[in-house]
Amino acid sequence: MKTNGILRVVTRFLIPLIMLFALYIQFHGEYSPGGGFQAGVIFAAAWILFALVFGLDEALAVIPAAAQKALASIGVLLYAAIGLLGVILGGRFLDYTPLIPGAPQGAQQAGIVLVELGVGITVAAVVMMVYTLFADRSRVVEEAQAEERD
Amino acid sequence: MRDLFAAVMLFAIYSLVSASLFAVLDAGDVALTEAAVGAGISTILMLVALSLAPRHEDRGRGRNLTALVVVLVTGATLIYATWDLPPFGAADNPVHQHVAPYYLEQSYEDIGIPNVVASVLASYRSIDTIGEVYVIFTAGIGVMMLLGATRRRRRKAGTEVGREESSQ
Repeated sequence: MKTNGILRVVTRFLIPLIMLFALYIQFHGEYSPGGGFQAGVIFAAAWILFALVFGLDEALAVIPAAAQKALASIGVLLYAAIGLLGVILGGRFLDYTPLIPGAPQGAQQAGIVLVELGVGITVAAVVMMVYTLFADRSRVVEEAQAEERD
Repeated sequence: MRDLFAAVMLFAIYSLVSASLFAVLDAGDVALTEAAVGAGISTILMLVALSLAPRHEDRGRGRNLTALVVVLVTGATLIYATWDLPPFGAADNPVHQHVAPYYLEQSYEDIGIPNVVASVLASYRSIDTIGEVYVIFTAGIGVMMLLGATRRRRRKAGTEVGREESSQ
């Protein structure tokens, strides 16, 4: 697919739009359908489209496999940290009200935005990681077959 | 249906039709999720998995009567169970009597955002959602342990070969 000019041009045009749409789904999820889960999947889809058209190596140069693993953990830790922050500030686990004293609605919204961000990061990273492992696996199998032929 | 590629495509179409159904039922969040995950990412992941496997299903020999009996009994049980379901969309169904009225009526006062789905998922039912994130994270680790191990072993083997060659 690397030699197909139309695919390359259209993909270059589409990827920024898909990523922008993912950010919209992520940060507008309180007002319209959406949230971290959908946003993460759409963001990962943009990266996978890049990997499909330009090759896995190019895509891994943008987001390396180690970064995917780190991001997957960071998302979960962000979610859990927001929950623990509520406990430290005198509430219960995942109780957002103590985050901003005196403004329960604002605290709830801040908590929801941060938690959804954690969900989005983890989902995007895990989907990219699973794709990388499968795509890499086929290369490993091909290499092994080539070695057997030799 | 022995062609697995066609099976994957049918699965994607099925997901897209489900997403349209959810959109018709005004469940925007679910429709978005089904379209992005079911029709999009699952299809891609199954196609990548298919690139590792032969394209046509290996059917094996003979007929499996036990499987047929299990499927028929399970199906009959499920259909029998649907007779006890409350009527579709009735206002006094248990699902509309428990915490749902509170969420619908108090969500805007408590949190101040118009999307009740977001407030239920991320605030009222936040512990459920953290469990969901753990599930996704664990799934990623599972795939990593299943598929990521061989490469490391191969790379080690490769370096050993390299060392032998350099010592010679």
